[in-house]
Amino acid sequence: MTAEAIPAGNAGPVANSRSLVEQGLKRRYAAEARFKAYGIGAIVIGLAFLVIVFASIMQRGYTSFVQSEFRLDVFLDKEVIDPSGTGDENDLLIADYPALIRDALVKALKLDPKSRTDTRLAGELLSTNADTAVRNFVLANRDQIGKTVPFWVLAHGNVDSVVKGAFDRSVPEARRKLKDKQLGWIDSAYASGLLAKRFNTGLFTFGASSQPESAGIGVALIGSLFMMLTVVLLAVPIGVAAALYLEEFAPKNRITDIIEVNINNLAAVPSIVFGILGLAVFINFMGLPRSASLVGGLVLALMTLPTIIIATRAAIAAVPPSIREAALGVGASKMQSITHHVLPLAVPGILTGTIIGLAKALGETAPLLMIGMVAFVVEYPRTPLDPATALPVQIYMWATAAERGFVERTSGATLILLAFLACMNILAVILRRRFERRW
Amino acid sequence: MDGEIGDRDMDMSIQSTQTKPAAKPEAATAPKAAPKVVARDANVYYGEKHAIKNVSIEVADKSVTAFIGPSGCGKSTFLRCLNRMNDTIPGCRVTGSIAIDQQDIYDKSLDVVLLRARVGMVFQKPNPFPKSIYENVAYGPRIHGLTRNKAELDAVVEASLKRAGLWEEVNSRLHESGTALSGGQQQRLCIARAIAVSPEIILMDEPCSALDPIATAKIEELIDELTQNFCIIIVTHSMQQAARVSKRTAFFHLGVLVEEGDTNQIFTNPTDPKTQAYITGRFG
Repeated sequence: MTAEAIPAGNAGPVANSRSLVEQGLKRRYAAEARFKAYGIGAIVIGLAFLVIVFASIMQRGYTSFVQSEFRLDVFLDKEVIDPSGTGDENDLLIADYPALIRDALVKALKLDPKSRTDTRLAGELLSTNADTAVRNFVLANRDQIGKTVPFWVLAHGNVDSVVKGAFDRSVPEARRKLKDKQLGWIDSAYASGLLAKRFNTGLFTFGASSQPESAGIGVALIGSLFMMLTVVLLAVPIGVAAALYLEEFAPKNRITDIIEVNINNLAAVPSIVFGILGLAVFINFMGLPRSASLVGGLVLALMTLPTIIIATRAAIAAVPPSIREAALGVGASKMQSITHHVLPLAVPGILTGTIIGLAKALGETAPLLMIGMVAFVVEYPRTPLDPATALPVQIYMWATAAERGFVERTSGATLILLAFLACMNILAVILRRRFERRW
Repeated sequence: MDGEIGDRDMDMSIQSTQTKPAAKPEAATAPKAAPKVVARDANVYYGEKHAIKNVSIEVADKSVTAFIGPSGCGKSTFLRCLNRMNDTIPGCRVTGSIAIDQQDIYDKSLDVVLLRARVGMVFQKPNPFPKSIYENVAYGPRIHGLTRNKAELDAVVEASLKRAGLWEEVNSRLHESGTALSGGQQQRLCIARAIAVSPEIILMDEPCSALDPIATAKIEELIDELTQNFCIIIVTHSMQQAARVSKRTAFFHLGVLVEEGDTNQIFTNPTDPKTQAYITGRFG
């Protein structure tokens, strides 16, 4: 349509307003289209980076979920395990299990047991922690002493690298960690099924170890669990109560303004500052043990508190005032109007804020470094006061190690951490949908 | 509401009759029975703002009193003083005396929860709780412990919904959400909720302003019936509505109670020129 086609005689102050509008229209639509294109571009770039990050972690980390193990028939020699015949626990603990396993491997590889070199070389194929499984079995099943029992025992990290194809065979033998002879044994054992890749349960159950094949996130998982429990038990009630008071009861004056500003500022304080605070207050002043997940939980609770308070206040403020008025109008007390109406309506927002706060706390490393949770902890912590590590700290510690096994474990543990975070975020979405009520 | 039927059809054109000069002060024809609500020199401040200035009024029991006036004239503010809903607004201050049944409701010894159980309120925008229809009505009796068992509560809910004229429409779906009802039904649900605690006074703050004419007509009919049992004070923007439902009308302007009297008289023969100007549509 052209401007000429429009009947003249507009009454407004601008004579040919319609044609002017038409002239501008093209430019306005073009601007809109450009803006949409920018938006799509931004999303595509963001997604691309996400894909790259995930792909690289997956690609490096997926191998950590399988682990090379030897299937060996170990003769639980009574002479070695229980020479005194008394079944003394101490004897059982210190017995030379590695020798038993090595002998089993030598036998399985059909080597000459009298050749000391071959025996030594075969022993190098086994993890230095391969005996743990056998010892634990013997301690639990003493009646099996003197019998031959099949075991899956951990192969050495180098063997694992060979099996996973990460071992560089082109390096001259003298500078290689495995000799040609050993590589030959590994190849034949892998071909015959004596050596196999199995699902790596140890990754989830083992504690710290200097050998990658026997290192796991067991201790870190328990530590993180204790810390999350501490955060939930402390930060959620305190945070929700503080938010309720500030939003519903507190007088609006200078003091509450200052408190509000400070809470918002606290949310932006670098987490390491909370670590220093935790070190000064909980460890130096209150005398709580170092490396304890309780202290970690307290520090993370402090760190999460502002997030929960801000989210809860926003959720409470979003409840329409008409609902409060309705409750007060029929004679509900202030507390009743809050507990019966405001809080239930605010629950989805509170849950979302809490879970996002928890997820942030779960991935936090810096403050835990300050309170000594970067520790080499082998034993499972039984209480929150026992030394423990946390998932992100474990990742940090593995990331500094050079062995191939630790490199893949770094990525593997990162995947596990990401899976936990994803689960928490999905849970937040589900809970929000579940509790959301429309009015 | 006898004697009011003729007013229902009152049209704005009727008000064109000239007013007499203001001969009598406000509230010249006081209600005969003891007034339910008596305000003496009530002042309301929102911080620095003087929202209500020296309002004195008497409101009769078992009748409908309408507060009219232009936006921002303080009629809603004054209404909200009567159940101390203004307490929730920070910086709001009330002076003077407002008494219900000779008892000062701003007295320190008076319990505000008890007051609100006696003075129900219906708000401008229907605000049912996001709960079931049943729960909406049962909430008041439950928190006040008015019923001893489920059967009694059921009876109260049914009676309240019947009085609010909603029973026929919702009795088959009492456990569906109250927010799923239409706007007019929601407002009647809110009235049922207010009735359920057996108040003495029901305050209505522009109860029909968010409703269509048919829903409005139903609410007005309902107000008519409720007046047999309750003292009703209604704030309205619609002068036709005030004329239709109320027995007495109070005209507020800029926080001042300009004139209060029989609805008939206010609309046909207002004493104050400002009232005259407002009801004939010259301002506001």
